[in-house]
Amino acid sequence: MSQFLMPSLGADMADGILVEQLIARGDPVHRGDIIAAVETQKGAIEIEVFEDGFLDDWLVPLGTKVAVGTPIANIRTSDTPDIPKPVDPPPPPRPSEAPQPTDPVAPPDLPEDPMPPPYQPPVQPEELAGQDRQRVSPAARRRAAQIGFDLSALGTDRIIALGDLPDTPAVEPMSAMRQAISAAMSRSKREIPHYYLSDSIDLTAAEDFITRHNANLPPDARLAIGALYVRAVALAAQAFPEFNGHFENERFAPAPAVHLGMAINLRGGGLAAPALHDASEGDLDALMARLRDLVARVKKGRFRARELADPTITLTSLGDRGVRGITGVIFPPQVAIVGIGTPSVQAAVIDDQIKPRRIADITLAADHRVSDGHRGARFLRAIIDHLQHPETL
Amino acid sequence: MTNLDIRALITTQLGRIAPDIPIESIDPKADLRDEFDIDSMDFLTLITALGKELSLPMPEADYDQMRSFDDLLTYLQTNTN
Repeated sequence: MSQFLMPSLGADMADGILVEQLIARGDPVHRGDIIAAVETQKGAIEIEVFEDGFLDDWLVPLGTKVAVGTPIANIRTSDTPDIPKPVDPPPPPRPSEAPQPTDPVAPPDLPEDPMPPPYQPPVQPEELAGQDRQRVSPAARRRAAQIGFDLSALGTDRIIALGDLPDTPAVEPMSAMRQAISAAMSRSKREIPHYYLSDSIDLTAAEDFITRHNANLPPDARLAIGALYVRAVALAAQAFPEFNGHFENERFAPAPAVHLGMAINLRGGGLAAPALHDASEGDLDALMARLRDLVARVKKGRFRARELADPTITLTSLGDRGVRGITGVIFPPQVAIVGIGTPSVQAAVIDDQIKPRRIADITLAADHRVSDGHRGARFLRAIIDHLQHPETL
Repeated sequence: MTNLDIRALITTQLGRIAPDIPIESIDPKADLRDEFDIDSMDFLTLITALGKELSLPMPEADYDQMRSFDDLLTYLQTNTN
């Protein structure tokens, strides 16, 4: 028997809300199966199980917010005999606070719109001791959290119902997404001594490669230039391991594979940077299929736990409607981020001739605790060389 | 497929990609990607979906004929007839 714990999906995550139980009690599970979804500041994350067995029981009801590390399910592993129950009951979940606004099924412990309570004479302040706990209906508590309304303003003389709250927030609270970005980026700027390098990159050959490749292919088989960016960064990161890994507990641990974080803009605000796993593996068509799948899921607010937890280096690119360059902020505990701007036609000198070429800025922001500008320049140069010889990708 | 159906199809697919942009709010003659704030991956998703629905190859070489909403509509009308 083993316990499945609320996973940590990033250094800035303290807790999550169990919003979907995708496996029924008693059903078999296999390593890699998605068994649950957890709502975090970053959106709904699908959680994978790491062993084979049977789902013995859910330990946390749907809609409960629990701290990272809290057991949320018992998994009976295949090699464990079918024993009735563990002798010690599992530790109860530790709800870290009241149910949150997204909570879909919290059982109301009070009617949502209670009848007005019988009239009670107003109490004097000194009489409040011992009975000053405010009584609030779950719906009202949820709305208050949504709109950032301070319930203490309503006093304790009656049960607070939904109708007692204002319809719209006085001040728009910071969204969970902005809070997550704020936490990660503030930590980055506080802890990571960034250094920055930049160069121009001639993307004419890469764009021509894509045009030739796609000429006779149906839309669902076409490559986007982003797939070349991914592969070029991944190959260079393999050759320069000091840019690929995590800096934690005062030391840098290079990663054995390149899980490339893709900074993806989200409609409605914010961004996410989940990992495209093993970005140096497989051919370009397979890489593109995985990139499409990842982007499509992330834009729907749906990604997997491992994708959030383990990027080893990040790529941020502005696509074809941005500006010339972008210099990223490193996502802790990673140690580097590569930025590629929007290509535009510029005059370039090639073999003493001035020619129109498609050129963008390419930048590296890296962690000075782990590497220096000399190696950083060689790393950036390696990415450029790969992209200028796309047939090597 | 009638012209009305094609318009509805484009509207539906764009609604999936850019649900926050009401179709009435855009300039049908301006660049589609700007109007709907879609990137090249979104555009590829749109072309993939439209190509499947209408059984059209929609080659990259024709992308210039699909710049605005009206361009795209005309392109699809012309090529499905």
